[in-house]
Amino acid sequence: MFVSITTIIPEIWLLVAAVALLMLGVCYKGVNFSVMILGAFIALVIAVILQIIWFPKTQELAFHGMFITKSGIAVTKIVCMSAAAFCLWMSGAYFRLSATLARFELPVLIILAVLGMNLMLSANHLISFYVSIELQSLALYVLAAFYRDNLRSTEAGLKYFALGALSSGLLLYGSSLLYGFTGSASFTAISQYMAMQQELPVGVVVALVFMLCGMVFKISAVPFHMWTPDVYQGAPTPVTAFFTTAPKLASLTLLLRLIIELFPAIQESWKQIFWIVSVGSMMVGAFAGLRQQNIKRLLAYSSIGHIGYALISLVVGGTGAINSLLLYMVIYLIMSLGVFACILAVTIHPERPDTLTDLSGLAKTNPLIAFCMAILMLSMAGIPPLVGFWGKFYVFIAAVQQQYYILPIIGVLSSVVAAFYYLKVIKVMYFDDQLIQSSLKTSSQATLLAVISTITVIVLFIYPDLLINPLQQAAASLTLR
Amino acid sequence: MVDVQAYLIVAAIIFTIGVFGIFINRKNIITILMAVELILLAVNINLVAFSVYLGDLTGQVFTMLILTIAAAEAAIGLAILVVYFRNRGSIAVDEINSMKG
Repeated sequence: MFVSITTIIPEIWLLVAAVALLMLGVCYKGVNFSVMILGAFIALVIAVILQIIWFPKTQELAFHGMFITKSGIAVTKIVCMSAAAFCLWMSGAYFRLSATLARFELPVLIILAVLGMNLMLSANHLISFYVSIELQSLALYVLAAFYRDNLRSTEAGLKYFALGALSSGLLLYGSSLLYGFTGSASFTAISQYMAMQQELPVGVVVALVFMLCGMVFKISAVPFHMWTPDVYQGAPTPVTAFFTTAPKLASLTLLLRLIIELFPAIQESWKQIFWIVSVGSMMVGAFAGLRQQNIKRLLAYSSIGHIGYALISLVVGGTGAINSLLLYMVIYLIMSLGVFACILAVTIHPERPDTLTDLSGLAKTNPLIAFCMAILMLSMAGIPPLVGFWGKFYVFIAAVQQQYYILPIIGVLSSVVAAFYYLKVIKVMYFDDQLIQSSLKTSSQATLLAVISTITVIVLFIYPDLLINPLQQAAASLTLR
Repeated sequence: MVDVQAYLIVAAIIFTIGVFGIFINRKNIITILMAVELILLAVNINLVAFSVYLGDLTGQVFTMLILTIAAAEAAIGLAILVVYFRNRGSIAVDEINSMKG
């Protein structure tokens, strides 16, 4: 079988770019940190362009069926790579705040993590699946501990490592059982086996449970969410921004592919599991967020809640629901990048702003950022004239159309509860007296990104079709077995 | 020849010890690293047993890759542990509590 190199060209480019940047950093000690960040940003942009030029029209396989790509996967890759590029774009100023932070390894690690994500999205074999997940995770552990003089950051790295290694272990144990009971490690062969069996061996169901535990860990949904608040709080702010965006979407899409391609025969089993996971995530995200004082911890609970809403679509199933899932995640990525851009724009110290009180009176010292933050918070809460509303709307509509009524009801109720803490942020910024004297110096890149994100959130509310139409074909190809 | 079930049971026991080693251990983070290695070893036993049982080499190839990745994982874990120790001065699991809420 002749394999065209263009199938895997963005990945090859990312690998070359990562190695080249690493060599540059090691060989020229004096290389400017800003140059490295810019180089990595350009590398990611080129990778996005390469993926757009060689967009897979049909399903394409490479490397003896170990690597697969189709339009749904390619769209997810483009979104992940763009999110990573935006994270890099806004993080330059933050990392220049301290000499220990401005190290050339950072852009290299981010590119390697993105490479891992791309490969895991395209995995079509248990081996490539595991190896790419580890490539992504190992880079992320180091990123979490990147501020190495700081107790919180290293503690975040340690916690992420211990629990991440456990989740990889669960995933791997499930994979080994799946291999043993189906007799093959290729996704294509496993799904053929599943389709032929009348009754599946118990081992396959056990394997499903282990693999789902591992994947639920990676998307930080209840009951495996315990690491999220600590890691998000401790990690450097741009790294937290990265964690909430690209790896989330990549892991969720991989989970989607796994259950649709490998386990369609035991749909009823995993639908029950995801029902509980979804409700749990929405509830925990809403209620545990209420008493948070730390901004990044608050956003961690918010991200747990958002994953809960996205999982509603996974329970419902079908092309329409998967479309709403992708739509929800892309909208969440835009809002999340915007919120972190706002925080980074007013960051004057690696650990400030830390608590909500650090934002008090922001409306007077920096009205533009306060306005952007307020709009994005309202959008996250799902309040109508903003795009966050469409995200929730389509998820709930898809559920109601398939006669799932309890999930959307719980979703609406928990989004009302969660609105409290989103509104609290606005209240602190606009109505509280300024407690801490902050300088007016802001990061221009982060401010620009915050403004762009805010405008996008408003424009997409008026023209949601700009987002829905491209995602429709992607969703259709992802639901195809 | 020993049944494949016997290998699976051994692997399951080692896996359980590994998982409990992560959760029950209250003393030392090094123990967590060892527990992670146990989990990966259990998977390796599983894969090799299945590979022989099925007469298919994929499982053994997988095992070699897992061994390599386990080494990388241990290296990164120890590196993070060292930077953590420099900041905290202790690696007791009970004392990892600078963030709460």
